[in-house]
Amino acid sequence: MLEITLGHYLTLSAMIFTIGVFGIFANRKNVIILLMSIELILLSVNINLVAFSSHMGDLAGQVFAMFILTVAAAEAAVGLAILVVFFRNHGDIAVDGASMMKG
Amino acid sequence: MTTEMLLTDLRLMIPELMLAIGAMALLMLGAFWKGEAGAARLIMRLSIGLLILCAAAAVWMAGKAEGTAFHGALRVDDFILYAKTVIYLASAGALVLASKYLETERLAKFEYPVLALLAVTGMSVMVSSNDLITLYLGLELQSLALYILAAFNRDSLRASEAGLKFFMLGALSSGLLLYGASLIYGFAGATGFDAIAAAASEDGAKIGLLFGLVFMVSGLAFKLSAAPFHMWTPDVYEGAPTPVTAFYATAPKLAAMVLVARVLYEPFAAMTDEWRQIIVVLAVLSMAVGALGALMQSNIKRLMGYSSIGNMGYALVGLAAGTALGLWSVLFYMTLYVVGVLGAFAVILSMRRAEGMVEQIDDLKGLARTHPALGWSMTALMFSIGGMPFLVGFFGKLFVFYAAAEAGLWWLMLTALVFSTVSIAYSLRVVKVIWFDEPAGVFEPAPAGVALISRTAALATVALVPVAGVVLATAIAVSS
Repeated sequence: MLEITLGHYLTLSAMIFTIGVFGIFANRKNVIILLMSIELILLSVNINLVAFSSHMGDLAGQVFAMFILTVAAAEAAVGLAILVVFFRNHGDIAVDGASMMKG
Repeated sequence: MTTEMLLTDLRLMIPELMLAIGAMALLMLGAFWKGEAGAARLIMRLSIGLLILCAAAAVWMAGKAEGTAFHGALRVDDFILYAKTVIYLASAGALVLASKYLETERLAKFEYPVLALLAVTGMSVMVSSNDLITLYLGLELQSLALYILAAFNRDSLRASEAGLKFFMLGALSSGLLLYGASLIYGFAGATGFDAIAAAASEDGAKIGLLFGLVFMVSGLAFKLSAAPFHMWTPDVYEGAPTPVTAFYATAPKLAAMVLVARVLYEPFAAMTDEWRQIIVVLAVLSMAVGALGALMQSNIKRLMGYSSIGNMGYALVGLAAGTALGLWSVLFYMTLYVVGVLGAFAVILSMRRAEGMVEQIDDLKGLARTHPALGWSMTALMFSIGGMPFLVGFFGKLFVFYAAAEAGLWWLMLTALVFSTVSIAYSLRVVKVIWFDEPAGVFEPAPAGVALISRTAALATVALVPVAGVVLATAIAVSS
Protein backbone atom coordinates (compact mmCIF):
# COMPACT_ATOMS: atom_id res chain seq x y z
CA MET A 1 0.00 0.00 0.00
CA LEU A 2 1.42 3.35 -1.04
CA GLU A 3 1.65 5.83 1.77
CA ILE A 4 1.01 9.52 1.14
CA THR A 5 3.93 11.52 2.53
CA LEU A 6 4.79 15.19 2.80
CA GLY A 7 6.60 14.94 -0.55
CA HIS A 8 3.38 13.99 -2.33
CA TYR A 9 1.55 16.98 -0.95
CA LEU A 10 4.37 19.31 -1.91
CA THR A 11 4.47 17.89 -5.44
CA LEU A 12 0.72 18.31 -5.83
CA SER A 13 0.92 21.86 -4.58
CA ALA A 14 3.84 22.68 -6.89
CA MET A 15 1.84 21.30 -9.82
CA ILE A 16 -1.23 23.36 -8.99
CA PHE A 17 0.93 26.44 -8.50
CA THR A 18 2.52 25.94 -11.93
CA ILE A 19 -0.88 25.45 -13.57
CA GLY A 20 -2.02 28.71 -11.97
CA VAL A 21 0.99 30.69 -13.16
CA PHE A 22 0.71 29.24 -16.66
CA GLY A 23 -2.99 30.06 -16.65
CA ILE A 24 -2.14 33.71 -16.13
CA PHE A 25 0.43 33.95 -18.89
CA ALA A 26 -0.99 31.54 -21.47
CA ASN A 27 -4.59 32.76 -21.35
CA ARG A 28 -5.41 35.56 -23.80
CA LYS A 29 -9.18 35.25 -23.96
CA ASN A 30 -10.96 35.96 -20.73
CA VAL A 31 -10.12 37.88 -17.58
CA ILE A 32 -12.33 35.60 -15.46
CA ILE A 33 -9.89 32.77 -16.20
CA LEU A 34 -7.13 34.95 -14.74
CA LEU A 35 -9.13 35.25 -11.51
CA MET A 36 -9.50 31.47 -11.43
CA SER A 37 -5.75 31.06 -11.94
CA ILE A 38 -5.00 33.40 -9.06
CA GLU A 39 -7.36 31.37 -6.88
CA LEU A 40 -5.48 28.19 -7.90
CA ILE A 41 -2.17 29.75 -6.84
CA LEU A 42 -3.54 30.73 -3.44
CA LEU A 43 -5.05 27.27 -2.90
CA SER A 44 -1.77 25.57 -3.78
CA VAL A 45 -0.14 27.70 -1.08
CA ASN A 46 -2.79 26.52 1.36
CA ILE A 47 -2.07 22.87 0.56
CA ASN A 48 1.60 23.56 1.23
CA LEU A 49 0.90 25.26 4.54
CA VAL A 50 -1.52 22.65 5.83
CA ALA A 51 0.77 19.78 4.76
CA PHE A 52 3.75 21.34 6.53
CA SER A 53 1.61 22.15 9.54
CA SER A 54 0.32 18.60 9.98
CA HIS A 55 3.76 17.14 9.26
CA MET A 56 5.40 19.23 11.98
CA GLY A 57 2.48 19.21 14.40
CA ASP A 58 2.61 23.01 14.50
CA LEU A 59 -0.64 24.98 14.30
CA ALA A 60 0.73 28.23 12.86
CA GLY A 61 0.50 26.94 9.28
CA GLN A 62 -3.21 26.19 9.60
CA VAL A 63 -3.86 29.61 11.10
CA PHE A 64 -1.96 31.14 8.17
CA ALA A 65 -4.11 29.11 5.74
CA MET A 66 -7.30 30.46 7.34
CA PHE A 67 -6.01 34.02 6.94
CA ILE A 68 -5.19 33.37 3.30
CA LEU A 69 -8.70 32.01 2.65
CA THR A 70 -10.22 35.15 4.17
CA VAL A 71 -8.00 37.54 2.25
CA ALA A 72 -8.58 35.58 -0.98
CA ALA A 73 -12.31 36.18 -0.61
CA ALA A 74 -11.76 39.92 -0.20
CA GLU A 75 -9.35 39.90 -3.13
CA ALA A 76 -11.86 38.16 -5.37
CA ALA A 77 -14.52 40.71 -4.41
CA VAL A 78 -12.25 43.64 -5.27
CA GLY A 79 -11.08 41.96 -8.48
CA LEU A 80 -14.62 41.28 -9.69
CA ALA A 81 -15.66 44.86 -8.87
CA ILE A 82 -12.78 46.24 -10.95
CA LEU A 83 -13.69 43.78 -13.70
CA VAL A 84 -17.30 45.02 -13.76
CA VAL A 85 -16.07 48.62 -14.07
CA PHE A 86 -13.75 47.60 -16.89
CA PHE A 87 -16.55 45.76 -18.67
CA ARG A 88 -18.82 48.81 -18.45
CA ASN A 89 -16.21 51.05 -20.06
CA HIS A 90 -14.82 48.61 -22.56
CA GLY A 91 -17.72 46.37 -23.59
CA ASP A 92 -15.92 43.04 -23.23
CA ILE A 93 -13.43 41.31 -20.93
CA ALA A 94 -10.88 39.94 -23.39
CA VAL A 95 -7.33 40.10 -22.05
CA ASP A 96 -6.06 41.40 -25.40
CA GLY A 97 -8.52 44.28 -25.15
CA ALA A 98 -6.70 45.76 -22.16
CA SER A 99 -4.06 47.37 -24.35
CA MET A 100 -4.86 51.08 -24.54
CA MET A 101 -1.52 51.96 -22.96
CA LYS A 102 1.73 50.58 -24.35
CA GLY A 103 5.47 51.28 -24.45
CA MET B 1 -0.82 40.78 34.53
CA THR B 2 -2.37 40.04 31.15
CA THR B 3 -4.10 43.44 31.04
CA GLU B 4 -0.75 45.02 31.67
CA MET B 5 0.83 43.04 28.84
CA LEU B 6 -2.02 44.00 26.53
CA LEU B 7 -1.57 47.66 27.41
CA THR B 8 2.16 47.47 26.68
CA ASP B 9 1.40 45.88 23.33
CA LEU B 10 -1.24 48.44 22.48
CA ARG B 11 1.08 51.29 23.43
CA LEU B 12 3.57 50.15 20.81
CA MET B 13 0.86 50.20 18.17
CA ILE B 14 -0.55 53.68 18.84
CA PRO B 15 -0.26 55.01 15.25
CA GLU B 16 -1.83 51.88 13.73
CA LEU B 17 -4.69 51.95 16.21
CA MET B 18 -5.33 55.62 15.49
CA LEU B 19 -5.35 54.94 11.75
CA ALA B 20 -7.57 51.86 11.89
CA ILE B 21 -10.12 53.36 14.29
CA GLY B 22 -9.95 56.70 12.46
CA ALA B 23 -10.57 55.09 9.07
CA MET B 24 -13.61 53.20 10.38
CA ALA B 25 -15.00 56.25 12.17
CA LEU B 26 -14.59 58.41 9.06
CA LEU B 27 -16.25 55.70 6.95
CA MET B 28 -19.27 55.77 9.26
CA LEU B 29 -19.28 59.57 9.24
CA GLY B 30 -19.29 59.57 5.44
CA ALA B 31 -22.02 56.94 5.21
CA PHE B 32 -24.42 58.79 7.52
CA TRP B 33 -23.59 62.41 6.61
CA LYS B 34 -26.17 64.19 4.48
CA GLY B 35 -24.78 65.81 1.35
CA GLU B 36 -21.97 64.12 -0.54
CA ALA B 37 -19.78 67.12 -1.43
CA GLY B 38 -19.64 68.42 2.13
CA ALA B 39 -18.84 64.99 3.53
CA ALA B 40 -16.05 64.47 1.01
CA ARG B 41 -14.37 67.77 1.85
CA LEU B 42 -14.73 67.34 5.63
CA ILE B 43 -13.43 63.76 5.60
CA MET B 44 -10.52 64.70 3.35
CA ARG B 45 -9.43 67.38 5.85
CA LEU B 46 -9.92 65.09 8.86
CA SER B 47 -7.86 62.38 7.15
CA ILE B 48 -4.98 64.75 6.46
CA GLY B 49 -5.14 65.88 10.10
CA LEU B 50 -5.20 62.27 11.31
CA LEU B 51 -2.14 61.39 9.24
CA ILE B 52 -0.19 64.37 10.60
CA LEU B 53 -1.26 63.38 14.13
CA CYS B 54 0.00 59.83 13.50
CA ALA B 55 3.33 61.20 12.26
CA ALA B 56 3.55 63.26 15.46
CA ALA B 57 2.78 60.15 17.53
CA ALA B 58 5.50 58.18 15.71
CA VAL B 59 8.03 60.97 16.31
CA TRP B 60 7.01 61.12 19.97
CA MET B 61 7.48 57.36 20.32
CA ALA B 62 10.98 57.43 18.83
CA GLY B 63 13.63 56.58 21.40
CA LYS B 64 10.97 55.57 23.97
CA ALA B 65 9.18 52.63 22.45
CA GLU B 66 11.05 49.55 21.36
CA GLY B 67 10.19 45.87 21.37
CA THR B 68 7.74 43.36 19.99
CA ALA B 69 4.00 43.27 20.49
CA PHE B 70 1.35 40.52 20.34
CA HIS B 71 3.67 37.56 20.89
CA GLY B 72 6.27 38.73 18.41
CA ALA B 73 3.82 39.44 15.58
CA LEU B 74 4.80 43.09 15.29
CA ARG B 75 7.99 44.95 16.04
CA VAL B 76 8.74 48.60 16.80
CA ASP B 77 12.11 50.29 16.89
CA ASP B 78 13.59 53.62 15.81
CA PHE B 79 14.27 52.47 12.25
CA ILE B 80 10.64 51.39 11.84
CA LEU B 81 9.30 54.54 13.51
CA TYR B 82 11.34 56.68 11.14
CA ALA B 83 9.94 54.82 8.13
CA LYS B 84 6.41 55.22 9.51
CA THR B 85 6.86 58.96 9.99
CA VAL B 86 7.92 59.40 6.37
CA ILE B 87 5.03 57.20 5.19
CA TYR B 88 2.44 59.24 7.13
CA LEU B 89 3.80 62.60 5.99
CA ALA B 90 4.12 61.51 2.36
CA SER B 91 0.54 60.17 2.40
CA ALA B 92 -0.72 63.40 3.95
CA GLY B 93 1.06 65.28 1.15
CA ALA B 94 -0.51 63.02 -1.47
CA LEU B 95 -3.97 63.67 0.01
CA VAL B 96 -3.35 67.44 -0.07
CA LEU B 97 -2.50 67.07 -3.77
CA ALA B 98 -5.70 65.08 -4.32
CA SER B 99 -8.28 67.31 -2.64
CA LYS B 100 -8.75 70.06 -5.27
CA TYR B 101 -8.18 67.71 -8.22
CA LEU B 102 -10.95 65.38 -7.10
CA GLU B 103 -13.41 68.27 -6.82
CA THR B 104 -12.69 69.66 -10.29
CA GLU B 105 -12.75 66.21 -11.89
CA ARG B 106 -16.09 65.37 -10.18
CA LEU B 107 -14.49 62.53 -8.26
CA ALA B 108 -14.90 64.02 -4.79
CA LYS B 109 -16.20 61.04 -2.83
CA PHE B 110 -15.52 60.42 0.84
CA GLU B 111 -14.30 56.90 0.05
CA TYR B 112 -11.07 58.28 -1.40
CA PRO B 113 -9.47 59.47 1.86
CA VAL B 114 -10.87 56.46 3.74
CA LEU B 115 -9.27 54.04 1.27
CA ALA B 116 -6.02 55.99 1.47
CA LEU B 117 -6.10 55.71 5.27
CA LEU B 118 -6.65 51.95 5.03
CA ALA B 119 -3.73 51.67 2.62
CA VAL B 120 -1.56 53.61 5.07
CA THR B 121 -2.66 51.28 7.88
CA GLY B 122 -1.55 48.39 5.71
CA MET B 123 1.83 49.97 5.02
CA SER B 124 2.28 50.67 8.68
CA VAL B 125 1.59 47.05 9.66
CA MET B 126 3.84 45.93 6.81
CA VAL B 127 6.91 47.85 7.97
CA SER B 128 6.24 46.74 11.58
CA SER B 129 5.73 43.10 10.75
CA ASN B 130 7.84 40.55 12.59
CA ASP B 131 6.05 37.47 11.33
CA LEU B 132 5.14 36.12 7.89
CA ILE B 133 1.42 36.29 8.71
CA THR B 134 1.43 39.97 9.69
CA LEU B 135 3.66 40.71 6.70
CA TYR B 136 1.08 39.17 4.38
CA LEU B 137 -1.92 40.83 6.04
CA GLY B 138 -0.30 44.27 5.99
CA LEU B 139 0.73 43.89 2.38
CA GLU B 140 -2.74 42.78 1.31
CA LEU B 141 -4.52 45.56 3.21
CA GLN B 142 -2.31 48.06 1.42
CA SER B 143 -2.66 46.43 -2.00
CA LEU B 144 -6.43 45.93 -1.92
CA ALA B 145 -6.98 49.60 -1.06
CA LEU B 146 -4.56 50.68 -3.80
CA TYR B 147 -6.25 48.51 -6.45
CA ILE B 148 -9.52 50.30 -5.79
CA LEU B 149 -7.87 53.72 -5.81
CA ALA B 150 -6.24 53.00 -9.20
CA ALA B 151 -9.67 52.39 -10.71
CA PHE B 152 -11.27 55.22 -8.72
CA ASN B 153 -12.32 57.13 -11.85
CA ARG B 154 -15.05 54.68 -12.77
CA ASP B 155 -16.01 56.32 -16.06
CA SER B 156 -12.52 56.36 -17.52
CA LEU B 157 -11.45 53.44 -19.69
CA ARG B 158 -7.79 54.17 -19.00
CA ALA B 159 -8.27 54.17 -15.22
CA SER B 160 -10.24 50.92 -15.20
CA GLU B 161 -7.67 49.30 -17.47
CA ALA B 162 -4.91 50.46 -15.12
CA GLY B 163 -6.86 49.10 -12.13
CA LEU B 164 -7.37 45.75 -13.84
CA LYS B 165 -3.69 45.35 -14.77
CA PHE B 166 -2.60 46.46 -11.33
CA PHE B 167 -4.96 44.00 -9.68
CA MET B 168 -3.98 41.04 -11.84
CA LEU B 169 -0.22 41.46 -11.48
CA GLY B 170 -0.55 42.46 -7.83
CA ALA B 171 -2.54 39.32 -7.06
CA LEU B 172 0.00 37.20 -8.94
CA SER B 173 2.82 38.78 -6.94
CA SER B 174 0.98 38.07 -3.68
CA GLY B 175 0.68 34.47 -4.83
CA LEU B 176 4.42 34.21 -5.50
CA LEU B 177 5.17 35.82 -2.15
CA LEU B 178 2.85 33.42 -0.35
CA TYR B 179 4.30 30.38 -2.05
CA GLY B 180 7.70 31.51 -0.87
CA ALA B 181 6.35 32.16 2.62
CA SER B 182 4.84 28.66 2.78
CA LEU B 183 8.19 27.10 1.85
CA ILE B 184 10.00 29.23 4.41
CA TYR B 185 7.47 28.15 7.03
CA GLY B 186 8.02 24.53 6.11
CA PHE B 187 11.81 24.64 6.24
CA ALA B 188 12.14 26.96 9.24
CA GLY B 189 9.30 25.36 11.20
CA ALA B 190 7.78 28.69 12.25
CA THR B 191 6.49 31.94 10.83
CA GLY B 192 8.19 34.35 13.26
CA PHE B 193 11.19 36.29 11.98
CA ASP B 194 13.30 35.36 15.02
CA ALA B 195 12.68 31.63 14.53
CA ILE B 196 13.45 31.93 10.81
CA ALA B 197 16.69 33.76 11.66
CA ALA B 198 17.67 30.89 13.95
CA ALA B 199 16.89 28.32 11.24
CA ALA B 200 18.75 30.32 8.57
CA SER B 201 21.97 30.30 10.58
CA GLU B 202 22.08 26.49 10.51
CA ASP B 203 23.30 24.67 7.43
CA GLY B 204 20.60 22.01 7.19
CA ALA B 205 17.66 24.12 6.01
CA LYS B 206 19.53 26.60 3.84
CA ILE B 207 18.64 25.26 0.40
CA GLY B 208 14.94 25.05 1.17
CA LEU B 209 14.89 28.50 2.76
CA LEU B 210 16.73 29.97 -0.22
CA PHE B 211 14.13 28.46 -2.53
CA GLY B 212 11.38 30.13 -0.52
CA LEU B 213 13.31 33.39 -0.33
CA VAL B 214 13.63 33.58 -4.13
CA PHE B 215 9.84 33.37 -4.48
CA MET B 216 9.31 35.87 -1.72
CA VAL B 217 11.76 38.41 -3.13
CA SER B 218 10.13 38.03 -6.58
CA GLY B 219 6.76 38.81 -5.04
CA LEU B 220 8.13 41.82 -3.21
CA ALA B 221 9.96 43.01 -6.35
CA PHE B 222 6.55 43.27 -8.05
CA LYS B 223 5.39 45.63 -5.31
CA LEU B 224 8.64 47.59 -5.61
CA SER B 225 8.32 47.64 -9.41
CA ALA B 226 11.88 46.41 -9.76
CA ALA B 227 12.74 44.92 -13.18
CA PRO B 228 12.04 42.23 -14.44
CA PHE B 229 8.78 42.55 -12.47
CA HIS B 230 8.03 46.10 -13.60
CA MET B 231 5.65 45.60 -16.56
CA TRP B 232 2.63 47.04 -14.81
CA THR B 233 4.30 50.21 -13.54
CA PRO B 234 4.22 52.53 -16.58
CA ASP B 235 0.63 51.56 -17.44
CA VAL B 236 -0.65 52.08 -13.91
CA TYR B 237 1.23 55.37 -13.56
CA GLU B 238 -0.28 56.63 -16.79
CA GLY B 239 -3.79 55.29 -16.41
CA ALA B 240 -4.58 55.97 -12.75
CA PRO B 241 -5.82 59.47 -11.76
CA THR B 242 -2.74 61.68 -11.19
CA PRO B 243 -3.15 62.13 -7.40
CA VAL B 244 -3.44 58.35 -7.05
CA THR B 245 -0.21 57.99 -9.02
CA ALA B 246 1.39 60.59 -6.75
CA PHE B 247 0.27 58.56 -3.72
CA TYR B 248 1.34 55.32 -5.31
CA ALA B 249 4.81 56.59 -6.26
CA THR B 250 5.72 57.73 -2.76
CA ALA B 251 4.61 56.04 0.47
CA PRO B 252 4.00 52.45 -0.80
CA LYS B 253 7.39 52.43 -2.55
CA LEU B 254 9.14 53.40 0.67
CA ALA B 255 7.09 50.88 2.67
CA ALA B 256 7.91 48.07 0.23
CA MET B 257 11.60 48.96 0.24
CA VAL B 258 11.71 49.00 4.06
CA LEU B 259 9.89 45.66 4.10
CA VAL B 260 12.39 44.09 1.68
CA ALA B 261 15.24 45.49 3.77
CA ARG B 262 13.77 44.11 6.98
CA VAL B 263 13.10 40.65 5.52
CA LEU B 264 16.63 40.42 4.13
CA TYR B 265 18.46 41.95 7.08
CA GLU B 266 16.57 40.33 9.97
CA PRO B 267 15.44 36.74 9.32
CA PHE B 268 17.91 36.15 6.48
CA ALA B 269 20.93 37.99 7.84
CA ALA B 270 22.88 34.72 7.93
CA MET B 271 22.31 34.19 4.20
CA THR B 272 23.61 37.56 2.95
CA ASP B 273 25.94 36.03 0.36
CA GLU B 274 23.07 34.06 -1.15
CA TRP B 275 20.47 36.83 -1.40
CA ARG B 276 22.97 39.43 -2.52
CA GLN B 277 23.10 37.76 -5.96
CA ILE B 278 19.32 38.10 -6.37
CA ILE B 279 19.34 41.75 -5.31
CA VAL B 280 22.27 42.58 -7.61
CA VAL B 281 20.42 41.13 -10.63
CA LEU B 282 17.26 43.06 -9.74
CA ALA B 283 19.25 46.27 -9.24
CA VAL B 284 21.15 46.11 -12.55
CA LEU B 285 18.03 45.22 -14.57
CA SER B 286 15.96 47.96 -12.88
CA MET B 287 18.57 50.63 -13.49
CA ALA B 288 18.85 49.61 -17.17
CA VAL B 289 15.08 49.43 -17.80
CA GLY B 290 14.45 52.67 -15.91
CA ALA B 291 17.17 54.72 -17.61
CA LEU B 292 16.59 53.46 -21.16
CA GLY B 293 12.79 53.28 -20.93
CA ALA B 294 12.50 56.86 -19.64
CA LEU B 295 14.42 58.21 -22.63
CA MET B 296 11.65 57.24 -25.04
CA GLN B 297 8.58 58.56 -23.26
CA SER B 298 6.36 61.44 -24.30
CA ASN B 299 3.92 61.26 -21.37
CA ILE B 300 5.28 62.79 -18.19
CA LYS B 301 3.46 60.35 -15.88
CA ARG B 302 4.87 57.43 -17.84
CA LEU B 303 8.31 59.01 -17.60
CA MET B 304 7.89 59.16 -13.82
CA GLY B 305 6.97 55.47 -13.91
CA TYR B 306 10.22 54.52 -15.66
CA SER B 307 12.16 56.88 -13.43
CA SER B 308 10.73 55.12 -10.37
CA ILE B 309 11.85 51.74 -11.77
CA GLY B 310 15.37 53.13 -12.16
CA ASN B 311 15.38 54.72 -8.72
CA MET B 312 14.33 51.44 -7.10
CA GLY B 313 17.38 49.97 -8.81
CA TYR B 314 19.70 52.50 -7.14
CA ALA B 315 18.11 51.85 -3.75
CA LEU B 316 18.65 48.12 -4.29
CA VAL B 317 22.35 48.82 -4.95
CA GLY B 318 22.58 50.14 -1.40
CA LEU B 319 20.61 47.16 -0.10
CA ALA B 320 22.96 44.73 -1.85
CA ALA B 321 25.78 45.97 0.39
CA GLY B 322 24.25 43.94 3.24
CA THR B 323 25.78 46.22 5.88
CA ALA B 324 24.33 48.66 8.40
CA LEU B 325 25.71 51.45 6.23
CA GLY B 326 23.81 50.01 3.27
CA LEU B 327 20.57 50.01 5.23
CA TRP B 328 21.16 53.59 6.28
CA SER B 329 21.84 54.65 2.69
CA VAL B 330 18.67 52.97 1.41
CA LEU B 331 16.50 54.75 3.96
CA PHE B 332 18.15 58.08 3.22
CA TYR B 333 17.87 57.59 -0.54
CA MET B 334 14.20 56.61 -0.34
CA THR B 335 13.37 59.63 1.84
CA LEU B 336 14.93 62.02 -0.68
CA TYR B 337 13.21 60.14 -3.49
CA VAL B 338 9.80 60.52 -1.81
CA VAL B 339 10.31 64.27 -1.35
CA GLY B 340 11.40 64.73 -4.98
CA VAL B 341 8.61 62.64 -6.49
CA LEU B 342 5.91 64.31 -4.39
CA GLY B 343 7.16 67.69 -5.69
CA ALA B 344 7.31 66.49 -9.29
CA PHE B 345 3.71 65.25 -9.09
CA ALA B 346 2.66 68.58 -7.60
CA VAL B 347 4.09 70.22 -10.75
CA ILE B 348 2.28 67.66 -12.95
CA LEU B 349 -0.96 68.42 -11.12
CA SER B 350 -0.44 72.13 -11.89
CA MET B 351 -0.56 71.34 -15.62
CA ARG B 352 -4.18 72.28 -16.17
CA ARG B 353 -5.43 74.20 -19.18
CA ALA B 354 -8.91 75.60 -19.72
CA GLU B 355 -9.92 72.35 -21.45
CA GLY B 356 -8.62 70.05 -18.70
CA MET B 357 -5.51 68.32 -17.41
CA VAL B 358 -2.61 67.81 -19.81
CA GLU B 359 0.22 65.34 -19.25
CA GLN B 360 2.54 65.33 -22.27
CA ILE B 361 6.15 66.44 -21.85
CA ASP B 362 5.57 68.82 -24.78
CA ASP B 363 2.92 70.61 -22.75
CA LEU B 364 5.73 71.87 -20.51
CA LYS B 365 7.24 73.83 -23.44
CA GLY B 366 8.47 77.25 -22.43
CA LEU B 367 7.32 76.78 -18.85
CA ALA B 368 10.26 78.87 -17.62
CA ARG B 369 8.86 81.87 -19.51
CA THR B 370 5.15 81.44 -18.87
CA HIS B 371 5.38 80.26 -15.23
CA PRO B 372 8.88 80.98 -13.86
CA ALA B 373 8.25 79.56 -10.38
CA LEU B 374 6.88 76.30 -11.79
CA GLY B 375 9.70 76.13 -14.34
CA TRP B 376 12.39 76.54 -11.68
CA SER B 377 10.66 73.99 -9.41
CA MET B 378 10.40 71.34 -12.12
CA THR B 379 14.03 71.94 -13.15
CA ALA B 380 15.31 71.48 -9.60
CA LEU B 381 13.10 68.42 -9.01
CA MET B 382 13.97 66.68 -12.28
CA PHE B 383 17.68 67.29 -11.70
CA SER B 384 17.40 66.03 -8.13
CA ILE B 385 15.53 62.86 -9.17
CA GLY B 386 18.03 62.32 -12.00
CA GLY B 387 20.96 62.68 -9.60
CA MET B 388 22.53 65.85 -11.02
CA PRO B 389 25.35 67.30 -8.87
CA PHE B 390 24.98 69.13 -6.54
CA LEU B 391 21.31 68.88 -5.73
CA VAL B 392 20.18 66.71 -2.86
CA GLY B 393 19.35 63.66 -5.03
CA PHE B 394 23.03 63.49 -5.97
CA PHE B 395 24.00 63.03 -2.32
CA GLY B 396 21.45 60.23 -2.00
CA LYS B 397 23.10 58.42 -4.89
CA LEU B 398 26.58 59.17 -3.56
CA PHE B 399 25.65 57.57 -0.23
CA VAL B 400 24.24 54.45 -1.93
CA PHE B 401 27.34 54.12 -4.13
CA TYR B 402 29.62 54.61 -1.14
CA ALA B 403 27.82 51.83 0.77
CA ALA B 404 28.15 49.47 -2.22
CA ALA B 405 31.83 50.27 -2.72
CA GLU B 406 32.56 49.86 0.95
CA ALA B 407 31.05 46.36 0.84
CA GLY B 408 33.40 45.51 -2.03
CA LEU B 409 30.79 45.64 -4.81
CA TRP B 410 32.96 47.79 -7.08
CA TRP B 411 31.63 46.61 -10.40
CA LEU B 412 28.03 47.05 -9.26
CA MET B 413 28.85 50.60 -8.23
CA LEU B 414 30.47 51.33 -11.60
CA THR B 415 27.44 49.91 -13.47
CA ALA B 416 25.17 52.11 -11.36
CA LEU B 417 27.37 55.10 -12.18
CA VAL B 418 26.97 54.47 -15.93
CA PHE B 419 23.19 54.18 -15.68
CA SER B 420 22.90 57.26 -13.51
CA THR B 421 24.66 59.22 -16.28
CA VAL B 422 21.99 57.96 -18.69
CA SER B 423 19.28 58.94 -16.24
CA ILE B 424 20.58 62.50 -16.18
CA ALA B 425 19.88 62.51 -19.92
CA TYR B 426 16.12 62.13 -19.52
CA SER B 427 15.91 64.80 -16.88
CA LEU B 428 17.96 67.07 -19.16
CA ARG B 429 15.41 66.47 -21.91
CA VAL B 430 12.56 67.69 -19.69
CA VAL B 431 14.63 70.68 -18.60
CA LYS B 432 15.47 71.53 -22.22
CA VAL B 433 11.76 71.55 -23.07
CA ILE B 434 11.07 73.82 -20.11
CA TRP B 435 13.78 76.40 -20.84
CA PHE B 436 14.54 76.42 -24.57
CA ASP B 437 11.31 75.64 -26.42
CA GLU B 438 8.68 78.14 -27.56
CA PRO B 439 5.87 78.45 -25.01
CA ALA B 440 2.94 76.14 -25.78
CA GLY B 441 0.28 78.02 -23.82
CA VAL B 442 -0.51 78.93 -20.25
CA PHE B 443 -1.78 76.82 -17.37
CA GLU B 444 -4.59 77.74 -15.03
CA PRO B 445 -3.40 78.87 -11.57
CA ALA B 446 -2.67 75.83 -9.40
CA PRO B 447 -4.60 75.26 -6.12
CA ALA B 448 -2.81 76.63 -3.05
CA GLY B 449 -1.94 73.21 -1.57
CA VAL B 450 -0.44 71.94 -4.82
CA ALA B 451 1.63 75.10 -5.32
CA LEU B 452 2.85 74.92 -1.73
CA ILE B 453 4.03 71.31 -2.11
CA SER B 454 5.74 71.89 -5.48
CA ARG B 455 7.66 74.91 -4.13
CA THR B 456 8.55 73.36 -0.77
CA ALA B 457 9.85 70.21 -2.44
CA ALA B 458 11.84 72.25 -4.97
CA LEU B 459 13.36 74.33 -2.17
CA ALA B 460 14.14 71.12 -0.27
CA THR B 461 16.30 69.87 -3.15
CA VAL B 462 18.66 72.75 -2.35
CA ALA B 463 17.95 73.38 1.34
CA LEU B 464 18.48 69.74 2.34
CA VAL B 465 21.99 69.65 0.87
CA PRO B 466 23.72 70.60 4.17
CA VAL B 467 21.63 67.96 5.98
CA ALA B 468 22.65 65.40 3.37
CA GLY B 469 26.29 66.38 3.80
CA VAL B 470 26.10 65.94 7.56
CA VAL B 471 24.36 62.54 7.30
CA LEU B 472 26.92 61.35 4.76
CA ALA B 473 29.87 62.57 6.81
CA THR B 474 28.49 60.96 10.00
CA ALA B 475 27.87 57.67 8.23
CA ILE B 476 31.40 57.61 6.80
CA ALA B 477 32.89 58.51 10.17
CA VAL B 478 30.85 55.82 11.98
CA SER B 479 31.67 53.09 9.46
CA SER B 480 35.43 53.66 9.19
